[in-house]
Amino acid sequence: MTTLDDVSTTWLTVCRLRDLAYERGAAALVPDEVAGRPVLTQVALFRLLDESVLAVQQHDPFSDAHVIARGIVGTRRVAEQDVPTVASPMYKQVFDLRTGVCLDPAGKEPVAGRSPDLRTWTVEVVDGDVRVAVGGGAG
Amino acid sequence: MDPRHLVVVGGGMVAQRLVEALRDRDTTGTWRVTVLAEEPRRPYDRVALTSYFSGRSPEDLSLGDPALWDDPLVTLVRGDKAVGIDRDARVVTAESGRTFAYDHLVLATGSYAWVPPMEGAELDGVFVYRTLDDVAALRGYVNGLAEERTVRGVVLGGGLLGLEAAGALDALGARPTVLQVDTHLMSAQVDLGGGEALRRLVNRLGIGVRTQSMTTRVVPHRRGGVGRVELADGTRLDADVVVVAAGVRPRDELGRGSGLAIGPRGGVVVDDTCLTADPHVSAVGEVACIQGACIGLVAPGYTMAEVTVDRLLGGGAVYAGADTATKLKLAGVDVASFGDAFARTPGALEVVWADPVGGVYKKLVMSDDARTLLGGVLVGDASAYASLRPMVGRELPGDPAAFLLPEGGAGAPDLELPDDASVCSCNNVSAGTIRHAVGEEGCHDLGAVKACTRAGTSCGSCLPLVKKLMATELGKLGVTVSSALCEHFSLSRAQLYDAVRVAGLRTFTEVVERFGTHGRGCDICRPAVASILATTAPAHVLDGERAALQDTNDHVMANLQKDGSYSVVPRMAGGEVTPEGLIAVGEVARDFGLYTKITGGQRVDMFGARIDQLPLIWRRLVDAGFESGHAYGKSLRTVKSCVGSTWCRFGVQDSVALAVMLELRYRGLRSPHKIKLGVSGCARECAEARGKDVGVIATDKGWNVYVGGNGGFTPRHARLLAEDLDTETLVRTIDRFLLYYVRTADRLQRTAPWIEEVEGGLDGVRAVVMDDALGICADLDEQMARHVEDYEDEWRSTLDDPEKLQRFASFVNAPDVADPSLAYVPERGQVRPATADERAVLVAGTTLEVRS
Repeated sequence: MTTLDDVSTTWLTVCRLRDLAYERGAAALVPDEVAGRPVLTQVALFRLLDESVLAVQQHDPFSDAHVIARGIVGTRRVAEQDVPTVASPMYKQVFDLRTGVCLDPAGKEPVAGRSPDLRTWTVEVVDGDVRVAVGGGAG
Repeated sequence: MDPRHLVVVGGGMVAQRLVEALRDRDTTGTWRVTVLAEEPRRPYDRVALTSYFSGRSPEDLSLGDPALWDDPLVTLVRGDKAVGIDRDARVVTAESGRTFAYDHLVLATGSYAWVPPMEGAELDGVFVYRTLDDVAALRGYVNGLAEERTVRGVVLGGGLLGLEAAGALDALGARPTVLQVDTHLMSAQVDLGGGEALRRLVNRLGIGVRTQSMTTRVVPHRRGGVGRVELADGTRLDADVVVVAAGVRPRDELGRGSGLAIGPRGGVVVDDTCLTADPHVSAVGEVACIQGACIGLVAPGYTMAEVTVDRLLGGGAVYAGADTATKLKLAGVDVASFGDAFARTPGALEVVWADPVGGVYKKLVMSDDARTLLGGVLVGDASAYASLRPMVGRELPGDPAAFLLPEGGAGAPDLELPDDASVCSCNNVSAGTIRHAVGEEGCHDLGAVKACTRAGTSCGSCLPLVKKLMATELGKLGVTVSSALCEHFSLSRAQLYDAVRVAGLRTFTEVVERFGTHGRGCDICRPAVASILATTAPAHVLDGERAALQDTNDHVMANLQKDGSYSVVPRMAGGEVTPEGLIAVGEVARDFGLYTKITGGQRVDMFGARIDQLPLIWRRLVDAGFESGHAYGKSLRTVKSCVGSTWCRFGVQDSVALAVMLELRYRGLRSPHKIKLGVSGCARECAEARGKDVGVIATDKGWNVYVGGNGGFTPRHARLLAEDLDTETLVRTIDRFLLYYVRTADRLQRTAPWIEEVEGGLDGVRAVVMDDALGICADLDEQMARHVEDYEDEWRSTLDDPEKLQRFASFVNAPDVADPSLAYVPERGQVRPATADERAVLVAGTTLEVRS
């Protein structure tokens, strides 16, 4: 059992790798801290075909809804490289899944005070467990 | 100063253009205009008369913006014929006795159908082919006879009009034979070789042709009406109906009566400014004898109208000569002729390419050095017409023969049209005008260019060229007009559809590896491929890899709302629902705290469902007998209906039963965009069916079907595809229409813009779905039969599959925890999403346990 007080945990196991579908996000709740207060933050996890798992914030800065995991996964050519991406299901902004950087704001501005880019979390897969770095491990 | 008074005698296409041009340019209102029309209706598109047979209604033939006739400076007098002109007093007298004083008079009386001297021309069953009333009478006569027997029709005249009349008879189910006095068909436009190729094409349609046949006598049947015709060589042909399309003669009697000069073969003689010897009288269109001849084509008439308006407003325009290029509009037969088609220019060379087996004959007439294009004849494949016609009088790059080879052959060099080349001869629009509209006036799609320049708004034959010019110009502006789906596919959606169907691919990975350029797709191509596979290789939306292609709406089979919750819509086919059903829906909404609203598609929408609640909600709905309403899909949405003849005092057909049947037939059909249908039980049209992609309206004989309507940002009224169909034919027609759309439309293209882009527009669509012009109907019918047979409710099968249900978890590490970011406040007795400010108060400080 992990509770909000337990922010010292560096790695939080959120699920088994097989619980995640390829190229389709899933949301998870991870302990976090906002302005010194412990809270639960929603993250969006994505399992790619190479068995890597990437995590970005579930909150969509352009719509203010928690929906990023429900976006369509794909790739985009950036500097001759195919970058893994997710497109927000709300207004179709495209984000780099590795860095969280917004690659295409689709003509919109983020809601007041928000960065257009997504926060990311470091994820590792150990013995089939998907673990998210929380607390001090946030990337 | 009071405006001067212009009187126009005649209410045809040229008169309409003249008034339109005058009101367009005379911004200070120096002229008011009165149009005296003999026919009881507004000017209509006479060129498209034949399409009236293939199901269009008179209103579809209307020209231009009807608001023109509401202009306070325009008066249209209908159903009153001018009978005399007093040029000294400057007064026109009408049949009703009314008089119209003029400052300037324009004669635009057009021409009449000439009936050759022969015995029996006055018999019942002998028709001319000139006005809407002629055509309506012919249609009524043939339909009346057709109830008793197969109707045999004879068309006198093998020119443009004769062939159209034969096509019309064929469309009515009659068996037509064309009798041509000359050596070959369309002898005024094409040479003997072209005429021979044309005869073979026309024969293939089931239309008989006899050349060098002069009719001397129409013999009555003993039961009355026409019985047979007799030819000069003694041949007798049985005939139930005779259509005379032997040519037209100018209606110059007003000119004759008032002492104006008349041409050697008729027509009011005018100079290059369209003025007669009387400075207060002009003549335009087919009645005008200009440069020594009367011309029976609309484009030169339009030019004369523009010249006249320019002169009335003090300009110096002159009529430079006629573009007599023509293109026959007969489904399945492609004929065009332009410029010096008969190589009459001294030293002219002819380059001919003929494929008798394929029924293709093409000829270019070149100057003596084989460099300048003088004219041409295209039979069987007139695709090069739009780009070649504006090049008349100009040098063709490269070998002229290259322009005659079939498409996909050696390939003709791209033609770069000079700015002054005329692209649309109906409306006299040059290549430069189109380039300007795209480059300077911001017209970036075909609709905008058409609206801005009027190019392609009359006969439409130049549209391929307009499109090409627009694309080239947009390319120069750096606007991408590639039809490529996205960075991952260089094919358009329609091309990809064909490729996937032919290759028999079943998964996205196969598709992207075979036809993609690189990478793993994106939010554009993935749903497009999902939609294509849904009809080429049907499977559940969440089967295997397909699940990763769907937009969130299709993925969770609900509609995403602004706060991240979803709305749920069960199907109520035809808008019909039992009291028990309504109660069940109400109970579900109440138990899950959902906001309910009636949709525009006659059903109930329930809002505010969390993703993890969707399976629970649907368990209840499926148990109550409901199924997915596909409100979330690019697919059939609803078939809206009025209550119909079962209850309504005015209904003539059971619209609800048909709507329910259609909705159950097409439910779940994935398409390029959403599809909406409507069925009205009588002409009062309470279901607003003409605002739908497919609208069906009951008549006392069956059903009329309209296509291409939509609401939204650019509302469109659906246009008539076919009339008085029985239910079986109606369903087959809609089947084919929908699947033809599914196969060939662009991504997110509704039916209205798709129809505009189909070759031949609505007539082209009709030729494919009604006359099987592409030979694909059997395939379409088979595909729809498979769709109907394979349909299963995707929500029911999801509920039966634990693996699919996993996708609805709120959080992968806390599946029982509700999304804490959602918050609702009460409003008008229901809930609505909290605003950002309200939420800050409601959601702050949430603490929850999570599984580690």
